[in-house]
Amino acid sequence: MKLTRKFLGATAATALFAGTALADPAMVYDLGGKFDKSFNEAAYGGAERWAEETGGSYRDLEMQSEAQREQALRRLAESGSNPIVMTGFAFMSVLEQIAPDYPDTTFTIIDGVVDAPNVRSVVFTEHEGSFLVGMLAGMASETGTVGFVGGMDIPLIRRFACGYAQGVMAANPDANVIVNYTGSTPAAWNDPVRGGEITSAQISQGADVVFAAAGGTGVGVLQTATDAGILSIGVDSNQNHMHPGHILTSMLKRVDNAVYEAFTEGAEMETGVHVMDLAAGGVGWALDEHNEGLITAEMHEAVDAAEAAIVSGETVVHDYMSDNSCPISVN
Amino acid sequence: MSARAMPRWADVTLVPLISLILAFGLSALVILAIGEDPVRATQLMVTGALGSSYGWGYTLYYTTNFLFTGLAVSIAFQARLFNIGGEGQAMLGGLGVAMVALFIPWPNWWLALIAAIAAAGLAGAAWAAIPAWLQARRGSHIVITTIMFNFIAFSLLNYILSHVLRPPTSMDPATARFDNTLRLPRLADVLEPLGIEFSRSGPANVTLFVALAACVLVWALLWRTRLGFEIRAFGESHPAAHYAGISGVKIVMVVMLISGALAGMMAVNSVMGGPQRLVMNAVEGAGFIGIAVALMGRSHPIGIIPAALLFGFLFQGGSELAIETRIPREMIVIIQALVIMFTGALDNMVRRPLEALFLAFRGRA
Repeated sequence: MKLTRKFLGATAATALFAGTALADPAMVYDLGGKFDKSFNEAAYGGAERWAEETGGSYRDLEMQSEAQREQALRRLAESGSNPIVMTGFAFMSVLEQIAPDYPDTTFTIIDGVVDAPNVRSVVFTEHEGSFLVGMLAGMASETGTVGFVGGMDIPLIRRFACGYAQGVMAANPDANVIVNYTGSTPAAWNDPVRGGEITSAQISQGADVVFAAAGGTGVGVLQTATDAGILSIGVDSNQNHMHPGHILTSMLKRVDNAVYEAFTEGAEMETGVHVMDLAAGGVGWALDEHNEGLITAEMHEAVDAAEAAIVSGETVVHDYMSDNSCPISVN
Repeated sequence: MSARAMPRWADVTLVPLISLILAFGLSALVILAIGEDPVRATQLMVTGALGSSYGWGYTLYYTTNFLFTGLAVSIAFQARLFNIGGEGQAMLGGLGVAMVALFIPWPNWWLALIAAIAAAGLAGAAWAAIPAWLQARRGSHIVITTIMFNFIAFSLLNYILSHVLRPPTSMDPATARFDNTLRLPRLADVLEPLGIEFSRSGPANVTLFVALAACVLVWALLWRTRLGFEIRAFGESHPAAHYAGISGVKIVMVVMLISGALAGMMAVNSVMGGPQRLVMNAVEGAGFIGIAVALMGRSHPIGIIPAALLFGFLFQGGSELAIETRIPREMIVIIQALVIMFTGALDNMVRRPLEALFLAFRGRA
């Protein structure tokens, strides 16, 4: 106990000293790197937008291995970066340990919840966004069969799958949703070849719209779907531009907004759990020049109505992570 | 013999030092080529790794890892066995540490430390036993089998972390955090009673002393015991050792088991000493860096101490570079590769001219 107190005093002093010297924000990207065309890249977009608008500068760091997480966070905190924003639930365990060591530094973790007074935990309601793109998939499908390709089989991805399946059913109660996961290890996030194989298998089962929620693996899913002439749905960032006219839409997770807000509010930001839901513009679906030909006025109207119903609370999309189960099988 | 052409001190210090300078020189050119300033890079590395007790905390933490893996490679090399499976053996060692730390309620850290060392050593030795047996009995080359076993170890660990040891609520393929009583005292805890202030952030811990003790023990084993003599005799000449009644099968097995155990013990530092849980990539390439450390340290248990410190410095300095500049952390892999190339493959390039130089001086005297 005595040791801890001394320790806190010492770090507080260094943090204070460093804080006055430079208090640039810092961004830490998880494995996959900042140019993953998806989750991390969205965060990068937010950080860049902040830098462009304010003319400020920030530090950023990409993780190369699981073992570096603690050192990266400590190093940034020691050198006075504040606030420190990180992407991915994998930082949860590390942040729980180090947040108390740097009480004057504000941390923001995206996609995970850490209970500490100096941590803002940003979570997204992926099930709501997935519901909307599920509806679009259900309406766009001619065969009545749609696919879902998840990355690693973890509760977070099942939340995507469950929301998507509910959306499909809402648009077409007779639809059939095929759910597959790329794997059960972290390699599943970056295996575009396997993603493509799963997509081919789903196509042979009749799927004509495939939603990829699989990080780097999704690149293979979108490519295979485009090659086979069926529609696909991107995730996290707006991926419509990757195959114009072939990607039905992208389920947007506004990680960029979360980063932008954290950087803008700075070290004085409000900590605690920060839910970015549909009402707050945290999730949504992408409509741009690349997919406007694919979205009919009827589809647009139906999704707008569903969106309003979810925001008003009239429609409740079941969250897989609330009870680890889904009304529609997503195994 | 080279020993006659050149005094021993020159062989031990000058050759690695000149190789190192050449490796650094080439690395500086690489840094220039990617448009960064090598002088500033060097300054950043030195201040980042040695300029504060925070930096030292990380440098010595990595040094501890490299001491174990360097020792593992060195002892195998004394018997002319090339164990490049340190990576896999350390992963299995991590599994051993995690088992002991997660499933047995230890009353205090030092009992747990002893058990963790034993478990890590046993797991690492077990992982080395199969390639060793294949080499001793079947003649399958140890280089091929140990490197294959690295991949098997990675897949095994991947499976166990994702399916068996991952807490059900967690999405991260890692074990739960160990109990707080198992936290190993860090250098700050050790140095505080001596009145020395040391940063608490660096993960260097008491395992460093275990590693140093292991160096001394391995030295004593090699040069002060009969088994050590047999190992070295076997390394110098297989037929001569056989003629002297030394069992090759026994030596290969014993040396590889010790080597595997040493590599496995690295995990005590990188799992129990650092993050307090087993993550996917806890070894971080230390098994391979051990080869460079052994080459630089001339496979001598005491010689590898400065070599491990050097690589600890490079590793910590390299991560500082990655934060402060656009020089990627992989730069360190280049320096490391150059060191291996100069001290291993191009050894004669430095040695021959040096020998000639010494001979010339001696001829004049």
